[in-house]
Amino acid sequence: MENKVIYTEQLTKCFGDFVAVDHISFEVGRGEIFGFLGANGAGKTTAMRMLCGLSRPTSGKGRVAGFDITSQAEKVKRHIGYMSQKFSLYEDLKVGENLRLFGGIYGMGRKELALKSEEMLRGLGFWEERDTLVKALPLGWKQKLAFSVSIFHEPDVVFLDEPTGGVDPVTRRQFWELIYRAADRGITVFVTTHYMDEAEYCDRVSMMVDGKIEALDTPQNLRARFRAASMDEVFRQLARKATRDDN
Amino acid sequence: MKSVVSVQGICKSYGKVQALKELGFSVAPGELYGIIGPDGAGKTTLFRILTTLLLADAGRAEVLGLDVVKDYRAIRNRIGYMPGKFSLYQDLTVEENLHFFATVFNTTIEANYYLVEDIYKQLEPFKKRRAGKLSGGMKQKLALSCALIHKPEVLFLDEPTTGVDPVSRKEFWGMLLKLKQQGISIIVSTPYMDEATLCDRIALMQGGAFLQVDTPQAIVDRYPCTLWSVRSGQMHRLLGDLKACVGVESSFSFGTAFHVTLGNQTSPDELRAHLVALGHNAVEVEPIQPTVEDCFMLLSKNH
Repeated sequence: MENKVIYTEQLTKCFGDFVAVDHISFEVGRGEIFGFLGANGAGKTTAMRMLCGLSRPTSGKGRVAGFDITSQAEKVKRHIGYMSQKFSLYEDLKVGENLRLFGGIYGMGRKELALKSEEMLRGLGFWEERDTLVKALPLGWKQKLAFSVSIFHEPDVVFLDEPTGGVDPVTRRQFWELIYRAADRGITVFVTTHYMDEAEYCDRVSMMVDGKIEALDTPQNLRARFRAASMDEVFRQLARKATRDDN
Repeated sequence: MKSVVSVQGICKSYGKVQALKELGFSVAPGELYGIIGPDGAGKTTLFRILTTLLLADAGRAEVLGLDVVKDYRAIRNRIGYMPGKFSLYQDLTVEENLHFFATVFNTTIEANYYLVEDIYKQLEPFKKRRAGKLSGGMKQKLALSCALIHKPEVLFLDEPTTGVDPVSRKEFWGMLLKLKQQGISIIVSTPYMDEATLCDRIALMQGGAFLQVDTPQAIVDRYPCTLWSVRSGQMHRLLGDLKACVGVESSFSFGTAFHVTLGNQTSPDELRAHLVALGHNAVEVEPIQPTVEDCFMLLSKNH
């Protein structure tokens, strides 16, 4: 098994003459928690879509979970998990129905599905809610459940796009404990967030400015390099360099 | 007029869910009043009632001394509202949207341009672009311009900074402070606890009720116990070790440190010794000032 779960070399995406993602090169290791930060419009979403096999790079290359993101995009999709604040679970399905749907999509057998569903729901303390419609759950619960569903099929890497936006402070922290547990199991976590305290919880953090990766290191080293007391300050110093408008 | 917003005993339910539970508060003229709480706290329901778009099940609410039910027409002329969901006309250009909102309120862009100038001039290079094609940050600026163009006396902003990066958020708050200097009263909601300190007064909201209302400083000063910042060379393990420690009453991660409260029986020295015995090195236990987020977590636990 490869130890680099994400690998990119000069990865680039243009829309017309606009360079959304500009020759980015980086690697993420197995079980690493990687924070992918940047201002709105810096190119994070575009980069993430390419890594998930949803958008073809204009140039450069990338491998995710051992597969080429251009020529093996379908295989990439099978080996990753994804959740965002906007899309997580089907609101009009019950909790258990969502698990059956997602497990089915990833080709899990009926027995395995039943066993894993019960284990997961009991672990989250949601077993009693298995017949509740997802739309009736508070946001924090939904997000914890959605994260668990996104790693239900034991992917090599899970992409989390602002998973904790708007979630209450206590649940936000519980969510990160779930992230730690997944990483301890060897699942690589690739996460974006606008909460700078959460940037501190990542093993390494990259900062995107105007489509380029301007800095990439451990939070500790970034703070030292920018003589900053917090990641919030690091972010401000770097984002101020941006020249392109967020259009 | 004593207050620009005055609310008594407001209740609202959706089926079995009680979105607002007998809410009461008031906002003084010129105040920047923050409603701080997570998704699902009831913030949007409250905003929709105050902006005359939704009827409460019970209770009374007045805006600028006018009743939100009886006098809804008069209120609508005198307030500005920026909903959480982008609600401008996507097929109209930036300029057409602003013009449309000015016309609806029987005014012109020119008449009140000074109010929106700072914000709108950043949009001017794109004034021929359709609103639907703008980025998130630009939509937010256009929505604020449209909510201001009729020179409202009170501005209601429902989560204007959700999903916005920290630098743009700070910039947005800079704009709000300038509007406040123009004498506009502002009621703004946010899930970001760090924005609370920029408000004159805040209400911490959860589960359809206000947990506490006061100035940010007074709320922080009222924190009932000593808060300790705890670090060690083994931060990842520290999470579990602090939770398992008997003398620790609460422990939450806060960026580079854990914020910890201790039971009466435990001193910080004992905690330090305990962590060293568990194999932690470079252990630091220092008293710190609580933040609004610390207060929110304590209050929501006791609620």
